[in-house]
Amino acid sequence: MRGNAEAHDLIAPGSLPAVLDLLASAPGEWTPIAGGTELMVAFAAGRLGAQKLVNLWGIPDLRFIQATSSSFVIGACTTFLDLRAHVELAAEFPLIAKSASWIGSIANQSRATLGGNLANGSPAADSSPALLVYDAEIEMVSKRGSRRIPYAEFHTGYKQNGMAPDELLFAIHLSRRFRNHRHYLRKVGTRRAMAISKVALAATALLKNGAVSEIRLAAASLAPYPMRLFKTEAALLGQPINKETMLAAGRTLLAEAQPIDDIRSTADYRRRVAANLLQEFLLELAAEGVSR
Amino acid sequence: MRDSWPTIHFTINGQACAVQAPPLKRLLDVLREDLHLTGTKEGCGEGECGSCSVRMNGELVNSCLVPVLQAEGAVVETVEGLATNGKLHPIQQAFLNCGGAQCGICTPGMLMAAAQLIDRNPHPTMAQIREGLAGNLCRCTGFIRIFESVLAAATQTPEPAPEETPNAR
Repeated sequence: MRGNAEAHDLIAPGSLPAVLDLLASAPGEWTPIAGGTELMVAFAAGRLGAQKLVNLWGIPDLRFIQATSSSFVIGACTTFLDLRAHVELAAEFPLIAKSASWIGSIANQSRATLGGNLANGSPAADSSPALLVYDAEIEMVSKRGSRRIPYAEFHTGYKQNGMAPDELLFAIHLSRRFRNHRHYLRKVGTRRAMAISKVALAATALLKNGAVSEIRLAAASLAPYPMRLFKTEAALLGQPINKETMLAAGRTLLAEAQPIDDIRSTADYRRRVAANLLQEFLLELAAEGVSR
Repeated sequence: MRDSWPTIHFTINGQACAVQAPPLKRLLDVLREDLHLTGTKEGCGEGECGSCSVRMNGELVNSCLVPVLQAEGAVVETVEGLATNGKLHPIQQAFLNCGGAQCGICTPGMLMAAAQLIDRNPHPTMAQIREGLAGNLCRCTGFIRIFESVLAAATQTPEPAPEETPNAR
């Protein structure tokens, strides 16, 4: 069944305060739409439940990348092409630019927004593992004010998040303290472009005296939502990278992952590939430890 | 849902236009049904195939995923706007010379994606061409002649004469 445009309303208040007023006046009634790469697909297929939509595209207060000495703040409506084009951000947070380059195609990256990717909350979201291993924080805003939470606490279930009905995702905060970390991100899908992850693994780590002194691991498509792999991290923290550590971390990852069988892959395949990706990362990390 | 639909103003291939339409109506449908610009094709209708690629404010977009309200005030360019004063755009000429089109459904989108790529990066590598066109699917050509067309347009090197082109690759 095709979507019928006449069955939906879309309004453009034109400014952030006006959007927040609207959301406060009828909490939960209006669905924000930015680049439309998710909602317009649902609309075309006749499965867009939202009848009333409020436009965020073109609101300058939501599309920015602001650098200070200690952080990057990325507006929720920043597109993935914007992220790829920001040289300073891409140099310091390479996994952000890398994951942005994997999202759909150029015509999707010109429209799809970072905030949209997170608010949609797909378990396979491309930008999520990178943001998780950079300890990103999410800033939400409403007429009542703004608040920040760790991104790792944002998703609460399959396509569920901690935003109140009158809140809007405003910005993503990145603390500039990953310059010396080892960064890793690999996505496994059917092709390089236009593919949704079968599984993706991201990591940031530091080695000190041959042992892991800091480690963050995150995955897409291993759970109902993108998640940090805290248990696997614990199996690595303080350990030297050797065969025993790698085996122990691999076992922990296999237990911690909760993948499912679906149209794109099987739970078994996802588990096995996730463990292989972890091993690949740890071997890189070990090689770096030797070379230093 | 409303008594009347809003009037949306934008520029299409250099000309101002005003369209009264439901605000969620897809730009693709406005182009084809309201403006009768049927060069832009619908393939998948879900942003996967790139047949409906147009440029909006200088960015390549899938017009099937753009609610027309978001085109308010925008500069929109479609395949009909590529040729100027009856002269084909270099990328169109290259598709002709290199056999870059067969059935033609993907061609307008390919042309728009290729034109965008060359605008941004006048001398793309083959890898950059593949990335620039990764969101445009063709089920006839096997892509090689399309990539060759883009390379030819970009480098302005002489295209192979038809008799030198193998029939099948």
